[in-house]
Amino acid sequence: MSNTQAISPDRLNGGDEEVFVTTNKSVWQRLTANPTAMVSIGILLVISLSAILAPLLAPGNPLRVSPADRFTPPGAEHFFGTDNLGRDMFKMVLHGGRTSLLVGLVVTIISMSIAVVLGAISGFYRQVDVVLMRLVDGLMAFPGIVLATAAAGIMGPSMTTVITSLSIVLIAPSLRVVRGQVLVVRELQMIEAARSVGVPTLRLFTHYILPAVSSPILVQASFIFSAAVLGEAGLSFIGVGIGPKELSWGNALTEARNYIAQAPWIVLFPGLALMFTILALNLLGDSLRDILDPRLARRR
Amino acid sequence: MLRYLGKRFLLILPTIFVPLILVFLLLRLSPGDPAGMMLGDQATPEQIAALRTQLGLDQPIWIQFFLWLKGIVTLDLGNSIFFREPVMQIIPRYAVVTILLTLVALTLAIIIGITLGLISAMNRNKPIDRGVVTTAVLGISLPEFWFALLLIFVFAVTLRWFPVAGYNPPDAGIIAFGATIFLPALALGVRQSALMTRMMRSSMLDVLNEPYITTARAQGLPERTVIGRYAMRTAAMPVVTVAGLAAGYMLGGAVAIEIIFALPGLGRMLVEAVARRDYPLVEGGVLTISLVLAVLNLLIDLIYALLDPRIRYQ
Amino acid sequence: MTALVSPMPGERVSPATDAPVVLEVDGLSLSFRNADGLLPIVTDVSFSIRTGEAVALVGESGCGKSITASAIMGIAPDNAEIGGTISLNGQVISGLSPRERRKLCGRHMGFIFQEPMTALHPTLSIGRQMTDTLRHNLGMGQQEATNRAAELLDRVGIPRARDILRGYVHELSGGMRQRVMIALAISCGPSLIIADEPTTALDVTIQAQVLDLLEDMRRELNLAMLFITHDLEVVGDFCDRAVVMYAGDVVERGASADVVQSPAHPYARGLIDAVPAHDDGRTRLTPILGTVPPVGQWPQGCRFAPRCPRADSKCQTRPPIDRVRNTDVRCWYPLEESA
Repeated sequence: MSNTQAISPDRLNGGDEEVFVTTNKSVWQRLTANPTAMVSIGILLVISLSAILAPLLAPGNPLRVSPADRFTPPGAEHFFGTDNLGRDMFKMVLHGGRTSLLVGLVVTIISMSIAVVLGAISGFYRQVDVVLMRLVDGLMAFPGIVLATAAAGIMGPSMTTVITSLSIVLIAPSLRVVRGQVLVVRELQMIEAARSVGVPTLRLFTHYILPAVSSPILVQASFIFSAAVLGEAGLSFIGVGIGPKELSWGNALTEARNYIAQAPWIVLFPGLALMFTILALNLLGDSLRDILDPRLARRR
Repeated sequence: MLRYLGKRFLLILPTIFVPLILVFLLLRLSPGDPAGMMLGDQATPEQIAALRTQLGLDQPIWIQFFLWLKGIVTLDLGNSIFFREPVMQIIPRYAVVTILLTLVALTLAIIIGITLGLISAMNRNKPIDRGVVTTAVLGISLPEFWFALLLIFVFAVTLRWFPVAGYNPPDAGIIAFGATIFLPALALGVRQSALMTRMMRSSMLDVLNEPYITTARAQGLPERTVIGRYAMRTAAMPVVTVAGLAAGYMLGGAVAIEIIFALPGLGRMLVEAVARRDYPLVEGGVLTISLVLAVLNLLIDLIYALLDPRIRYQ
Repeated sequence: MTALVSPMPGERVSPATDAPVVLEVDGLSLSFRNADGLLPIVTDVSFSIRTGEAVALVGESGCGKSITASAIMGIAPDNAEIGGTISLNGQVISGLSPRERRKLCGRHMGFIFQEPMTALHPTLSIGRQMTDTLRHNLGMGQQEATNRAAELLDRVGIPRARDILRGYVHELSGGMRQRVMIALAISCGPSLIIADEPTTALDVTIQAQVLDLLEDMRRELNLAMLFITHDLEVVGDFCDRAVVMYAGDVVERGASADVVQSPAHPYARGLIDAVPAHDDGRTRLTPILGTVPPVGQWPQGCRFAPRCPRADSKCQTRPPIDRVRNTDVRCWYPLEESA
């Protein structure tokens, strides 16, 4: 019949916040059917596996200096060439990936956990919301790199410092997403119904609100991971990220700029690894958004 | 209109003060003795004590806070430890460079973003659209500092069209200035222009389906007016919003770009001041960035109100 | 049924049957080209409108009436393929590209939209929107155009025209907005006005005012009007002739009084019967059973046959249009005269 449409709940009243609702096909089915999602997951698998298996694929200390091998172009013995200190770039990219990805992962977990808790509270309790959102607004406009630089200056650059600064800076965007979703869900009739029956507030959170926000959180996590990897790379590049003894894609590029003319491959490979990781995470986020709420899918 | 701007200004105040307070607390409450760290291992206890007094670090935190607030309001931020000059004299000459860089980058990003987004939307799903969309996706994933290095390799080292690094102020001539600002601005703006392209495309696609566009066409108005005036006016709004966010992001990204291209800007000054534990300069830098952001955002709000009369009367 | 043809105060005078034809549509067809081929939307539509005449294009949503109008104006989607002939004031315009046909809009054809809130630009002033069209179509200067715009607003009954010119669409009420749309449509002196459900989105009281205004304009300016609607009361009250469409086909065509009082096509008859009677509310509604076949799923032959109580095997072939009594009907078994 011409008037029958696919079953989907109406758009809920909640201002311009997106509402994520489920449809009939399973998430897994839709995931595997989406080529962008599959490609990005593939790329991420390759990169993470190579990082995890780095000691196997590129054994040896990546930071070991070997002046005799300086500036070797990419070839059979050194896949990605060597840098100004003779260090093998292939090893550096693989081992550096461990740090970059680890920082990204930890930052994502920490910042999103805090964002979920704060966002849920903020969405639920008006008084907290008013104060918190002023603070968040004040923080969001300001460039996080500057704050992270100041933090590094005071606490000294290290993996802990960078994780702390990035986690704090990246709470804000996720918080807004969670809060927005909670604001919408809060008005749903099922919440009222549950409350009137006497469901305790904590259970309300864990069993009603959190499941409703799980989809946007997943989408957001992908973008936050991407931002964290990018942020760490930028900070380490300047020298205010991880410490000098550690290796990531960011600080692999720090010295590279001095030798662009002689050895452009020093610049190329860590950057490519960085770019592909960020690209894959962004694409994954986009396709997750399409999958988890097809009605909000962007025009292709 | 004035009331609207006034309201916006009040909302901007937290944007100025929250980061400042954060930095204030970071500096004062971190472990270790800031004065000792600033002067290094060679300093004598007398020198350290003198510095502590000079910075007011021996006072209780409340008094420190009031003194600091007073300093901000009277624009007396003390002297830089390293340069031994008043912070208020040092900062402007660095700030100018960063502001110029950001403005050029923002302008480039807006022009590229609107143009490509428009072309893309008008040719939806044709090859050029797909090309632009793909490029935009790549652009968003491109780290600015890496792109800067690639640009240097191609345009400065290989093609020799631009200098590798260095800065010519505008009064050295527009060509000389342009030569040193173009690559940095391009690198700084690439991600944001990709975001703006996406936003413009999506916004324009929405607008083109609106009934008032059909009405404009039904009035017999030429397509260039329909797109250029009727469509653009509403489609550009979200892009203006993105521009505001982009400005903030660029002020941060400028740090790496200034270091790579050896531009004497605020970002580079800040990193060096942080490394030297030159706290007054750090605070001054943070304050300046906050103020620049606040002004830029007010400008964005003004443009918004000009484009959409409904906002003026809220 | 008689309620649909109430006499209007100030008897409407139908135009003389030898008034010049403004719009002639002959065998118009429109199809969308997509990946699978050609999808017909509208087939073999023919009607004409004379100066001073109001012709209604009647049908349910999805019958193709709006797309017919957009084909005439040249604002159909790019992938639409149009066949047949369209003539405006004696000149064939169907041979022109849509872009060129669009150039005739404003100056020769005016358009009134259904929902004026979204049909007028939200952030450009009313004056700007009006002067843009006056300046482009009539070559007026800014001052002249502003004056003319104020005159037009005045004429459609908007008070304080100069202030409204400086204002924006969100500051006006629904009725006022529609008046602005009407002013905009007639501003360049077109010979044809196409109104796409201009009163559907309005309150009943405002509807009456707007219809009165349209009637005044029609008389004063001797306009030809194509009135797209699904509201049969308006068809009876306001329009001289009616063209009933169903699933892309014209099924009945004639004087509106005839079509509304004694329709010959079963679908038209069903429409009339479905209108609630103005009685004490006790009679049951009589709907037409079944639903409209969606585009692309039209049956062979008569498209109404699956829902028609009178259909038989002959209806598997598409009936031609024939004159039956006073109207043109596309049906093998047109209805007899009814009370």
